Amino acid sequence: MTGGPADMNRIGGGEARLNAMRGDVFAACAVLAMALWVFFGAWPDWLAGALISKKTFVSAVLNGLTLSGLYFLVASGFTLIFGLMRNVNLAHGSLYLFGAYVGYEASTRSDVWLLGVAAGALATAVVGLAMQILVFRRLEGDDLRQTLVTIGISIVAADLMLATWGGGAYQVTPPDALSGAVTLPIATGVTSSGTAVFLRYPFYRLIVAAIAIAIGCLLWLLLARTRIGMTIRAGVDDRAMLEASGVNAQIVFAGVFALGAGLAGLAGVIGGSAFAISPGEDIHYLLASLVVVIVGGMGSIAGAVIGSLLIGLSEQIGLVYFPTYSVVLTFLIMVATLAVRPRGIMGKAR
Amino acid sequence: MSEFAGKDRIAARSVGRSEVGAGHALFGLALLAYPAVASDFFLTQIGGLSLIEGMIALSLMTLAGYGGMVSLAQLSVAGIAGYVVAILGHNDTGVQGYDWPWAVTVPLAILAAAATSALIGWISARTSGIYTIMITLAIATAVFYFAQQNYVIFNGHSGFAGIPAPVFFGEDWRAPVPFYYLCLFAAAASYAGVLYVRRSTFGLTVQGMRDNERRMRALGFSVILHKVFAWFLSGIVAGIAGVLLVWFHGRISPSSIDVAASLNILVMAVIGGLRHPIGPFVGALVVVLLQTFASDLVGAERFNTLIGLTFLIIVYISDDGILGLWRQFAPRFDHADRSAG
Repeated sequence: MTGGPADMNRIGGGEARLNAMRGDVFAACAVLAMALWVFFGAWPDWLAGALISKKTFVSAVLNGLTLSGLYFLVASGFTLIFGLMRNVNLAHGSLYLFGAYVGYEASTRSDVWLLGVAAGALATAVVGLAMQILVFRRLEGDDLRQTLVTIGISIVAADLMLATWGGGAYQVTPPDALSGAVTLPIATGVTSSGTAVFLRYPFYRLIVAAIAIAIGCLLWLLLARTRIGMTIRAGVDDRAMLEASGVNAQIVFAGVFALGAGLAGLAGVIGGSAFAISPGEDIHYLLASLVVVIVGGMGSIAGAVIGSLLIGLSEQIGLVYFPTYSVVLTFLIMVATLAVRPRGIMGKAR
Repeated sequence: MSEFAGKDRIAARSVGRSEVGAGHALFGLALLAYPAVASDFFLTQIGGLSLIEGMIALSLMTLAGYGGMVSLAQLSVAGIAGYVVAILGHNDTGVQGYDWPWAVTVPLAILAAAATSALIGWISARTSGIYTIMITLAIATAVFYFAQQNYVIFNGHSGFAGIPAPVFFGEDWRAPVPFYYLCLFAAAASYAGVLYVRRSTFGLTVQGMRDNERRMRALGFSVILHKVFAWFLSGIVAGIAGVLLVWFHGRISPSSIDVAASLNILVMAVIGGLRHPIGPFVGALVVVLLQTFASDLVGAERFNTLIGLTFLIIVYISDDGILGLWRQFAPRFDHADRSAG
């Protein structure tokens, strides 16, 4: 994953600059070597002392990667929609929560987890399509009112979901094959008899990160290697020219909106199998998407990768080492990014 | 934000008497006489609360309407003032509470709120339009989560309770009638302040930046400095409202400044209208009335749906809230409003 962001063209990015890429590759190799040592090497006492224990730190990093994966799934849809249509969908967190609830209902009733995932993604994709057709198409060109309408939708949606599913917490049960803990080849200590103790970690959380990487790769393939992706990238760069060349932009918009909304629902079911589904999670994931795209850069998939890694890792590591100030860390990352690059790390000036 | 730009260009500076016309005088008299006819409940729960929340919405409206910066963090700014009063003044929670007199805590609270607002303005000043909405929403959410998870300063989830309103000039300012007049005075002062500042050189400069930032920069104005000062001024209004709000409720906790409540402030400003400072108060009154009487309409549980739907309908049918509808259907007021707005 470390090498991924550098190759992954931002939607509509220009030609690759070889020299810059070579520098990136070197940096990536250095980071990778460091990461390998941190995970697999034996820690000196001073380091373990400074970070409580190796087990604590490695678990926090793994938790951070899981959360990053989830944040990426939610934020990629958000950034995709913004990149193409310039509209900020502040109901994106509500789509996450709605997808999670639908996934819960479908998977508990059918006992098939994958069916729940499909139902959650499909349901939010349909809702997204309806939003695009009923709301955004009618208020096209009026950014502020579009954003206000999505706020209204999120208020109503949160209240209706509270009415339907109540204030309790739900959790989707992942299939048996994916649950339980696995032993990782990461030694965290040595017993008195001299055998190494290996870290055990919930298998499903690793699956979440794997799914996020897989979806990220698929998105990249779709955007960079297919005709549909080419159309979308063209639309990001110059909407008027795309329409002039005979493409029905409204169909592209509707498709991208459905895709982005579907990703939020998918993330809802996948996240709802690892964490609790309850009212308030919509705000949590909306905030996550906002910060991820503000840090990473609006409209950039590579930015969403970088942003979600930064935010997910800092949130989990912060939670372990300075629990009452972890939000401040996230916030400081956002402010620092804005001070240096107002459009985000991968954002381009418009 | 260019949405507002075309509709109300900078008006001529010589506005004349339409500013403080008969409408204002009548309206002011009605508000002054309101306690004579209203019960205690209508005086504080409707009147006082509408005025307070209207002031927070006014702080949002000034930034949005004159500066083109829609801020969702103004309730957080008000919350900072409330927390300062709770922490430095008296509270019954047994955490913090230094029992400083109100004459010290109130100015400090308002200053802290204004400084926070200026800081938020500085962070978001390089961006505009929907970026500002996103960044301020992120800030508001971060403030909420921070207040909730931090026990050292904010006493975490439970916050502070038992915060008294002060007693001075021989009046208990928590009593309905004095509290109403206190709110009315603060709201009227804020409203007058906004009317004054928007006609000042500074106000006109900020409006110029809203309409064409590049041109103003080319003319030699420091855009960042002007924007940050505008945020500072609007932070003062939000800070005053925050102090009144904490006196009104007698307590403050993270749930007073959560995202739903912040969005509620935006809802008020938008329902009322973002082009004239009376809009936020109209919107606040509508929302407070809806909240109070929602139980009779849809049941107390579902009032968020009611408010959300009202908001959606108004955004859909009008481009500037209730004031926009008023202008559409009462064209003879159009001229007067234009010159005032």
